[in-house]
Amino acid sequence: MVIFDNLPLYLEAFLQTLALLLLTIVLALPLGAVIAAMRISPIGSLRATATVYTEILRNTPLVLVFIFCFVVLPILGVILPFMFSAVLALTLYTAPFFAEAIRSGINGVPVGQAEAARSIGMTFGQTVTLVVLPQAIRSVIPPIINVMIALTKNTSIAGGFFIFELFNSGRRLVNENGDQVILVLVGVAAFYLLITIPLGQLADFLERRVVIRR
Amino acid sequence: MTSVLYDVPGPKAKVRARVISWITGIVVLALLAYTGLTLWQKGMWDPTRWDIFNDPLVWAVLLHGLVVVLQSALVATVLALLLGMVFALLRMSSHRVIRIPTTIGLEFFRGMPVLLMMLFILLAFPGVSAFWAVVSALAVYNGAIIGEALRSGVVALPKGQREAGLAIGLRPLQARLQIEFPQAFRNMLPIIVAQIVVLLKDTALGYIVGQVALIREGELLAEFVGRQQYFFSIFLVMLAMYLAINLTISTIARQLAKRRGFTVSKVVADESMSAAT
Repeated sequence: MVIFDNLPLYLEAFLQTLALLLLTIVLALPLGAVIAAMRISPIGSLRATATVYTEILRNTPLVLVFIFCFVVLPILGVILPFMFSAVLALTLYTAPFFAEAIRSGINGVPVGQAEAARSIGMTFGQTVTLVVLPQAIRSVIPPIINVMIALTKNTSIAGGFFIFELFNSGRRLVNENGDQVILVLVGVAAFYLLITIPLGQLADFLERRVVIRR
Repeated sequence: MTSVLYDVPGPKAKVRARVISWITGIVVLALLAYTGLTLWQKGMWDPTRWDIFNDPLVWAVLLHGLVVVLQSALVATVLALLLGMVFALLRMSSHRVIRIPTTIGLEFFRGMPVLLMMLFILLAFPGVSAFWAVVSALAVYNGAIIGEALRSGVVALPKGQREAGLAIGLRPLQARLQIEFPQAFRNMLPIIVAQIVVLLKDTALGYIVGQVALIREGELLAEFVGRQQYFFSIFLVMLAMYLAINLTISTIARQLAKRRGFTVSKVVADESMSAAT
């Protein structure tokens, strides 16, 4: 069967997809946290900058961001390795989504919690670190996982831009095994589901626990 | 919430906040100006890089690409809404034989990249054009998501709605279609509109599977008039086109969310996160 015959190739591509996913998470999550902090900060210009960045990136197709990194940057004289460009595009695009997930989690903590903390005399630092953040983290994790699931699916676009990951391996295997198109692509889909379904289950599980605690 | 976290700022603190705001604002503007200047030094704002836009033919090509994008999005949206209703009905069926396979199928559709689905349709059904491969993949994928939204909208309705429908003699399907779906649809409208923005953005994926729409047209145009010289300006114009459309629909989505009131808007914030990427 074509899937088992080409298992090494699938695995190589799967690892590349995982690499894209993890590298992007490592870069985009802190960037998203910074953007989220900027968006709730009392300093107007920071807030405006973060909002404009978020609005632009969230309303641009990811393919266009990829084209920026792979075609426009070289025209401007910035030539990067392919993998670097791909992670850059995914990071630029995903960071605002992480930021929104974090922000909605923080906003999800009832105002009464902060009010209560303030009214028993806690300072700003105490209120945030002891009362708001511990609750926010719990409600932030499920949406963050949802962004990661979307990111996993988005890494497939890198396959259209010279990176040999799962989607691209599918294209190559289809060329070599024209008679077993369906099987090849079901194999590719299975590898994606190997990442997305467990993540989805985890998000559901955590979501249910958060709801019970409240 | 910010005002709850710290005391109301006094005159000194206000001045400090304003000073910091100005300084960071200036830093940001300086960075932007620096970028613009660097681009200027590279000659990116040079008239010779923008003169093609005097040619109506150039606009004709780009606008034709835009029309294809809008066409794909429109057809896919209509199909996705219909499929969404079908998926929701099947998923909530009282027969296990229907419910369980649908649940698995929907999970499958939602868990794999749309791009892969486009490739799949293109290759598994010979003779399908790139346009229909893109449209049908978008319809199935977004239909699965809209179906889930619709289902959670129905679940959130008070039980009495369905019971009242059944009590006055409607058949179960009638109660679903005439009593529950209209309410669920209205409650979930912000999520559904947000999903349409996603669908519109995802039409760009057609570029990778060989559909000739806006981005591909722009690229071909650049090949024709000189990539090195013109692609930068063509890219900016394409970006502006996508932003204009998506920001319009996003604004509508936000207005709807606001009108829906507090309870749903919280759901929207979470749900749109999972969908919006």
